[in-house]
Amino acid sequence: MADPATISPSTLLKDELDIVIPTIRNLDFLEMWRPFFQPYHLIIVQDGDPSKAIKVPEGFDYELYNRNDINRILGPKASCISFKDSACRCFGYMVSKKKYIYTIDDDCFVAKDPSGKDINALEQHIKNLLSPSTPFFFNTLYDPYRAGADFVRGYPFSLREGVPTAVSHGLWLNIPDYDAPTQLVKPLERNTRYVDAVMTIPKGTLFPMCGMNLAFDRELIGPAMYFGLMGDGQPIGRYDDMWAGWCTKVICDHLGWGVKTGLPYIWHSKASNPFVNLRKEYKGIYWQEELIPFFQSVTLPKDCTSVQKCYIEIANQVKAKLGKVDDYFNKLADAMVTWIEAWDELNPSGASKSSDLPNGPSK
Amino acid sequence: MSLSIKDHEIDIVIGALRPDLTSFMSEWRPIFSRFHLIIVKDPDLKEELKIPEGFNLDVYKKPDIDCVVGTSTSTIFSGYSCRYFGYLVSRKKYIISVDDDCYPAKDNKGILVDAVAQHITNLTTPATPFFFNTLYDPFTEGADFVRGYPFSLRSGVQCALSCGLWLNLADYDAPTQALKPEERNSRYVDAVLTVPARSLMPISGINIAFNREVIGPALLPSLRLGGEGKFRWETMEDIWSGMCVKVACDHLGLGVKTGMPYVWRNDRGDAIASLRKEWEGVKLMEEVVPFFQSVRLPREATTTEDCVAEVANVVKEQLGSKDPIFARAAKAMVDWVMLWKSVGSSTSSPGA
Repeated sequence: MADPATISPSTLLKDELDIVIPTIRNLDFLEMWRPFFQPYHLIIVQDGDPSKAIKVPEGFDYELYNRNDINRILGPKASCISFKDSACRCFGYMVSKKKYIYTIDDDCFVAKDPSGKDINALEQHIKNLLSPSTPFFFNTLYDPYRAGADFVRGYPFSLREGVPTAVSHGLWLNIPDYDAPTQLVKPLERNTRYVDAVMTIPKGTLFPMCGMNLAFDRELIGPAMYFGLMGDGQPIGRYDDMWAGWCTKVICDHLGWGVKTGLPYIWHSKASNPFVNLRKEYKGIYWQEELIPFFQSVTLPKDCTSVQKCYIEIANQVKAKLGKVDDYFNKLADAMVTWIEAWDELNPSGASKSSDLPNGPSK
Repeated sequence: MSLSIKDHEIDIVIGALRPDLTSFMSEWRPIFSRFHLIIVKDPDLKEELKIPEGFNLDVYKKPDIDCVVGTSTSTIFSGYSCRYFGYLVSRKKYIISVDDDCYPAKDNKGILVDAVAQHITNLTTPATPFFFNTLYDPFTEGADFVRGYPFSLRSGVQCALSCGLWLNLADYDAPTQALKPEERNSRYVDAVLTVPARSLMPISGINIAFNREVIGPALLPSLRLGGEGKFRWETMEDIWSGMCVKVACDHLGLGVKTGMPYVWRNDRGDAIASLRKEWEGVKLMEEVVPFFQSVRLPREATTTEDCVAEVANVVKEQLGSKDPIFARAAKAMVDWVMLWKSVGSSTSSPGA
């Protein structure tokens, strides 16, 4: 249970950030997060059987959506939202009206830093999002905006203002986010290394984005955070966040925004069954060998000046180039377009800032 | 220390800019004593070097340098660039190089960091420049590649350069340190990571190690500030060299790592006094960075020497007219390749 003395007196962005949590079981984990999360609004996306009642602990301000709600709100477009997979969480991003989103899995708890202090993960994510990123030149002392650090000798002054941070990717102590083969080979490995760094992932570099402990600027990059078609009726699972991460990074690189990774850590408590995971991931492990070169070579034309335009362009290229890998990618490309249509319906422009940038994408 | 690396494959090269190396060598003795050392005295340094007994070392001073490269060429080794002479005459596979005002650091548990062992580990485990691993170095104990990391990229590439960091006095430029005179780096980040391909960074010469066989010729003295001085705040030579190394590594499919090991860098000098001299370097970086970001080497460049010669060409063509310092740097790079071929033992092997 977190020590109340560690709660920050001024709760940053409490009216500007929603916490999106997918769940199929229960939300007991929220008790441990209460001191840090209670000031914020929660969006619970209930996966699986909609007739099951998910109990939300007392005292939280929340909205809860089950499959019936998703179908009702999106109508036929609900087909783009996964069922029986935590990928359904992206529905929460779509219905949120806030500028920032923090998403966390229901088996993730408060971790302790090396001094034994409870880590307020949300506060660190907010710091990451509110300070610039530096994707054009790597700073060897990592995040130059953190207290006690700065830009190193040789770092051009013209690049020191940085760019807006679109994504803050946090990490996990205890059960690491390994794929099934690695889990099978190293079932007992635990991540005990606390790496006290936040850094910007350089422009042009892709990474595996994990959705367990993730925050982003919804107004900037929200429409790119589609978690794909996974779960029931789909040939693949456990690639939802990966897919969103690759699309998001390509678009951030194109539009000149930053993606940070590193702190904060959460404590990941549940090791999923590696055999179940293997079945879900198996196709992904093959397909990823095609997907990575695809994303590494995607170029977006200059007139893609909004996230939606970039995303539709990627969807077109997915269909053109990946459709031949498997028909799944044709369906996924269609679902990507459906997602954008649904996003724009629920978030008419004027209300959201995901509109064209005045000066176009930076080089 | 990797079991497959023999101590005799390693040279530790120290550029001596200050005469009294007694406390430096004493502090490093537990870590350095089993290796061969090359100490190169700054040719501008007038006083005699003081070096404690009990080390296996070769010391090179101005007369020795003159003898090997000639008196007119020996000027390129003035100041911090004296260490490059050591890289040139070494015959070992791995070189570790630390500034003479740096001491062994302690990690978060208070244990002395064996910087040599960590650099060697970095150089002898693969680098992963093509895809970012969010748990940093996947080859370190207790870590691995994360979910979503393509399997075909998991064998990695050879690591050619290991860039270490500094506790206490970080390698800031003079304006930054002058603005924050009390700031000292106390954050020990327990990570090594590969700098992604095509991403550039300022490579500091204060604490580095490299595979001389593979990348040796690319560590070179060429960009010399008009007011270059005897404090790191008054130089950009290592930053320039580092850009060449990274471009060559990216082209040849070699890796560059950054992070641990840390060294403890002693307080020395006055940032405000150095401001005047370093301003030239700060301004130059505005040209240097976009330039290197745009350099593309031809497929025919298959060795490190080829890469250096190509970069020199492009520097001359694109930057030479902007500032004579670049024209001089380009010539220095061409001269260096010739010098390396004649003095620097075997040519480097083509990249992995």
